[in-house]
Amino acid sequence: MIELKKAGFSYGGGEIFRDVDLHLAQGTFHFLTGPSGTGKTTLMKMCYQALMPDSGTIKVFGRDVRAMNRDDVALVRRRIGVVHQDCQFLNHLSVGENVLLPSFVAGRDGLDDQRNLRELLKWVELEENIDQLPPELSGGERQRAALARAVILSPEVILADEPTGNLDWNMAQRLLTLLIELNKMGKTILVATHDMNLIRAARPHVAARVLRIQGKRVHLAGADL
Amino acid sequence: MGIVNGIQMILAGDKQADRVVPPAGFTARLTSFTAAVMSFLVVFALALSMATGRLADRWSAELSRTSTVRISAPEAQLEIQSERVMEILETTKGIASARLMRADEQHALLEPWFGPDLPLDNLPIPRLIEVVEESVGPDMEGLRFRLAAEAPGAVLDDHTRWRRPLVDAAARLRMLAVLSICLIGGALAAMITLAAQAALAANTQVIQVLRLVGAKDKYIAKAFVRRFTLRGFFGALFGSVCGMVAIFLLPSAAAEGAFLTGLGFSGMQWFIPLLIPLIAAILAFWATRIAANRTLARMN
Repeated sequence: MIELKKAGFSYGGGEIFRDVDLHLAQGTFHFLTGPSGTGKTTLMKMCYQALMPDSGTIKVFGRDVRAMNRDDVALVRRRIGVVHQDCQFLNHLSVGENVLLPSFVAGRDGLDDQRNLRELLKWVELEENIDQLPPELSGGERQRAALARAVILSPEVILADEPTGNLDWNMAQRLLTLLIELNKMGKTILVATHDMNLIRAARPHVAARVLRIQGKRVHLAGADL
Repeated sequence: MGIVNGIQMILAGDKQADRVVPPAGFTARLTSFTAAVMSFLVVFALALSMATGRLADRWSAELSRTSTVRISAPEAQLEIQSERVMEILETTKGIASARLMRADEQHALLEPWFGPDLPLDNLPIPRLIEVVEESVGPDMEGLRFRLAAEAPGAVLDDHTRWRRPLVDAAARLRMLAVLSICLIGGALAAMITLAAQAALAANTQVIQVLRLVGAKDKYIAKAFVRRFTLRGFFGALFGSVCGMVAIFLLPSAAAEGAFLTGLGFSGMQWFIPLLIPLIAAILAFWATRIAANRTLARMN
């Protein structure tokens, strides 16, 4: 699905990554951990082409990202669902419309997606909030709405960058449960988090690999959970 | 995007694409207002262009094939020289007709300057002969020599002396009007480009979200392009209609075709200002499209 080979990235004259190798195979679940500021978000952004590597190669769905034009990148992003810690919405659209946004931009007629919308919102427990505007949602509700938006097109890969960063423990566990359910449906999941409790909580439910960013490289952090 | 696709996109629209960009307030009103004002000015520039064109054509047509022979001589000589001039004119090649103007016609010509009560009969007024030329006129220089030799009091005036500067002035006015239309069009395009860039910059977060969920730049640009094109069109339509009404309400042209009262359109020319909204829409379409593509490329 996503493969980095000796990928390097520098910003403002400082090297952030060097010779990073990473392979996200289909149906796998990965945690990406490491202290704040080590580049978890940067690595996630490289996975969905918000940033380009300075060296090495990144292949997404078998295609070298350097060979992609802007339209290609847009098409790839329809196959990757992204959830951020500070998830952004279009504040003038309702929660339902925001969740359907990927369907709108993909030019789908939206009928099937609209039928699925209520089911999807029920799954993330936001069916009561369908007509609300995003600023009216709590932090946990926003994260779940972002997750619903990320999966509306049934993407093959889901990248979640500190998805539980603003949530209390109960809400974080609920979101983790949703991600695990998606993985069981065959989705490839990469969750960037510095919260080791979250990783431990996932242990009984999913065979996840934990990757640690250290010394500008990505290392496998011990055995499978 | 072809022209047909572009027109389809503008007319049909995309309800969802239109919805994703938040309704803009100030830039929207500014674009419509600018388009309206510019179109209002274009209507006047067009009217000026048409009026000067008509004026130049009329002056050229009316004056180019006529000339006048003026005979100033002592009273005893006046009749003899007039007859001689008529003989010369009737035998000159290129002259269709020559007619000695009657006294009352001459009085009518002078009346606007001297008033009706002036005793013109007591004044030494020169005799005037109206000459109408054939399509290939006479040899004017040769005619002048003959008249000078055989009727020393006769002076041939072919109107060139004052016709050419008038026609030149009208042609230059017309050129200035066309130049003004081009400049106004350029200013409108620049204004819409700036407004579109401002709108795109104000919606950076919207664009980031749209890109995150897989929107192509074409989709994002489309929402802005349609919006600005329609604003340009309706603003220009309003401005053009106001301009046409203002032109229509100008005092009607006097029979003499005084220049200022002749400012306006005649007949089918009234349909020409209706093209302004279409041209404004095309300008807005391209200006926004270029601005959107540049801004989106820069945000990449």
